[in-house]
Amino acid sequence: MTAGEALFRVFRGDRDGGALTDYRVPVAPGMVVLDAVHWIQGHGAPDLAVRWNCKAAKCGSCSAEVNGKPRLMCKTRLDALPLDRPVEVRPMKSFPVVKDLVTDVSWNFEAAKRIPPFTPRAGAEWRYGQADADRAQEFRKCIECFLCQNVCHVIREHDRKDAFIGPAMFVRAAAFDMHPLDGLSRTAFLREKGGIGFCNITKCCTEVCPESIRITDNAIIPLKERVVDDFYDPLRWLWRKVAGKG
Amino acid sequence: MSERYETHAYDVLVIGAGGAGLRAAIEASARGARTALVCKSLLGKAHTVMAEGGIAAALANVDSQDSWQTHFRDTMRGGGMLNHWRMAQLHAQEAPDRVRELERWGAVFDRTKDGRILQRPFGGHTWRRLAHVGDRTGLEMIRTLQDRGVHQGIDVHMECTVTHLLKDGDRIAGAFGYWRESGRFVVFRCKAAVLATGGIGKAWSVTSNSWEYTGDGHALAHRAGAELIDMEFVQFHPTGMVWPPGVRGILVTEAVRAEGGILRNAKGERFMWRYLPEEKRAEFAKSEAEAKEWLADHVAGRSPDFKKRPPELSTRDNVSRAIYLEVKEGRGSPHGGVFLDVSYLPAEHVVKKLPSMYHQFRDLADVDITKEAMEVGPTCHYAMGGVRVDPDTGESGVPGLFAAGEVAGGMHGANRLGGNSLSDLLVFGCRAGAGAAARAAKSTAPSMDDGQVEAAARELLRPFENEGEDPYAVHRDLQETMQARVGIFRTEADLEAAIGALEGLRARAARVKVAGSRLFNPGWHLAFDLRNMIDVSEMVARAALERRESRGAHSRLDHPKADPAHGKVNVCVRRRGAGMEVGRTALPEMPAELKALFEEKK
Repeated sequence: MTAGEALFRVFRGDRDGGALTDYRVPVAPGMVVLDAVHWIQGHGAPDLAVRWNCKAAKCGSCSAEVNGKPRLMCKTRLDALPLDRPVEVRPMKSFPVVKDLVTDVSWNFEAAKRIPPFTPRAGAEWRYGQADADRAQEFRKCIECFLCQNVCHVIREHDRKDAFIGPAMFVRAAAFDMHPLDGLSRTAFLREKGGIGFCNITKCCTEVCPESIRITDNAIIPLKERVVDDFYDPLRWLWRKVAGKG
Repeated sequence: MSERYETHAYDVLVIGAGGAGLRAAIEASARGARTALVCKSLLGKAHTVMAEGGIAAALANVDSQDSWQTHFRDTMRGGGMLNHWRMAQLHAQEAPDRVRELERWGAVFDRTKDGRILQRPFGGHTWRRLAHVGDRTGLEMIRTLQDRGVHQGIDVHMECTVTHLLKDGDRIAGAFGYWRESGRFVVFRCKAAVLATGGIGKAWSVTSNSWEYTGDGHALAHRAGAELIDMEFVQFHPTGMVWPPGVRGILVTEAVRAEGGILRNAKGERFMWRYLPEEKRAEFAKSEAEAKEWLADHVAGRSPDFKKRPPELSTRDNVSRAIYLEVKEGRGSPHGGVFLDVSYLPAEHVVKKLPSMYHQFRDLADVDITKEAMEVGPTCHYAMGGVRVDPDTGESGVPGLFAAGEVAGGMHGANRLGGNSLSDLLVFGCRAGAGAAARAAKSTAPSMDDGQVEAAARELLRPFENEGEDPYAVHRDLQETMQARVGIFRTEADLEAAIGALEGLRARAARVKVAGSRLFNPGWHLAFDLRNMIDVSEMVARAALERRESRGAHSRLDHPKADPAHGKVNVCVRRRGAGMEVGRTALPEMPAELKALFEEKK
């Protein structure tokens, strides 16, 4: 039961610019946008650049903007798109284009390196319950698709990659910080290098997360609270001065 | 050579950044070697991320009777006794420490009621043995290793493809490859190289494997002169998705069956009872009631009687054959699979223990697995065969060339047990990293002649000048050949036909034409992947022809029984001139104290 054809309008180009190119693609049942991109590669455009690996929303490689919406292409069904008009596929807007649908996301990996790693408390006994695990596990579901980075206005509109690590990295910091046995404070990092103050909790990141991580509510806001506690609570401020930690 | 290329020099070069590569790099670096990690994709996207069910390790957290000896015995029996005993022993002994170490590096496993690492049952494992995180264990493992490696200061070169190994006489001298982003060439000089390139599944049309699984390491090692063993053993995972077409082959974790999933054919029969091998029947439930009892105990967190395990927990080779036959004999589901059902379980249990399966089926196949059955069928999943290595160090027959993980052979014999892959990656990734660091420490910097580099560069650029066909067309034909001729059931006629067809495909692959520029060009990449896939396909077909018996994942319709003489040898593949030579080598003799473990059992 082939439901005919769809018209795809795919960005082709590189750092120096490019344009949308039209491709007609036969539609199969259950087809996703990534299937269409693969079909185009295999039928006349073998050099069409795209990242993908698992094809099942587990690796976070195939992020792009489909009809203007940041999506994983492997999870975007054609039967959920209006096929009476062209399906427009563009690379993520917030990162420099390398070629076609591939963008330079290396900044994210650099930001990840700077986050103080998981550091178990000295003498920690390696026992904790599932309820404690649940809290950290929510953040550890992150598949690093960088869609949240892509939509965050601090990055997308203001391009503050110099002073802000973005929601995906707050999720990572939260994964360490909320590990039941972690013993390190990351508040100074989050405030000074992470730029957590730039976030004004518009929740755009949460809306696009394919893993349904409640980024704003469960990662960013609690981290902001930890920063506030450490830096703006007068007693702790005094303690830091006395103890020489700040 | 007209084009200048960049050169890096390291003590240890690790090729591949899945579980084995990351663990090897961490170990080599911790032992003081200057270490680089090279990977074809971005860091953290390797195939390990798709491993779902868990890491097998005899921690004995939930079944206190478990021990390394039992894990060893299960592994050997699952592998048709063809496994290298020393690898199976080291694996069983060291897996628990590797899992605990991962926990100390930040992995957050699911917990028991008393706060320890929870373990789940899996096919072929006597006790509940798999440390897991719902059904996304591989992601947890990759992320933990990734964080550890990055913070340890390992140089990671992402989206860089190694196409040639370079040698200094007999020993490894480095690797040649190119940056996918720019298409420019790069040379890595090294004193030791670790292949951790994973598997070969992309040579088949129905596979759970990603685009990266093109047998690069298998082919590189072969061309460098290393010996490969057990290449006839390719695991077809029993449960891949069968519908819709775009997701055909995508993995449905064995954890579905471990958490109570029942396999039924179109007539509603729970067919796995009929396929249990006679000698293993005693280890499974005798009736629906017993299987139900086992499951109720498991779900409630009580220790279930292992002799009441559901028949769905038979080994993968057996379950795949069963599903294949049910479909072939006309009892399949509408889209050519069978039904896998967890809908009778409490919905919250399903969503908690199998969250990715729940989302995968809901989003991609419009199936709510808490309410209706899934449709599943076999999918090409894992290569048991690979580079023959020294069990203790991971070194191949080529000095300075190491292999770990799926690209290495010997650990799993004729059939791998579920959960033994992630533990393999950790145990032997660690050992290969240590082995490579030790090798580097006692080696001087190799010398390298420019001739090898220039020849590699010329070869890589040839597709731009060719006038042949599109590489995608050749790939489709290769996949169809392997799927049709070198699948679950094999015959001499099919294998001979496959070898003939591969010759034609090889000629076509040598002439493929690549369009466009060198910038991030998937067609160009595939042109070279084709050569690796064809080499590996030929190894599989030739080894399968050589093994005239049925054992583990290798089923010959023309030799349907296991043959004791074949049970004493590994089939090995070596390079001879421009071609390959297939031979047999005797299995290493198992020491008496390990042999005794099998006698006790009887």
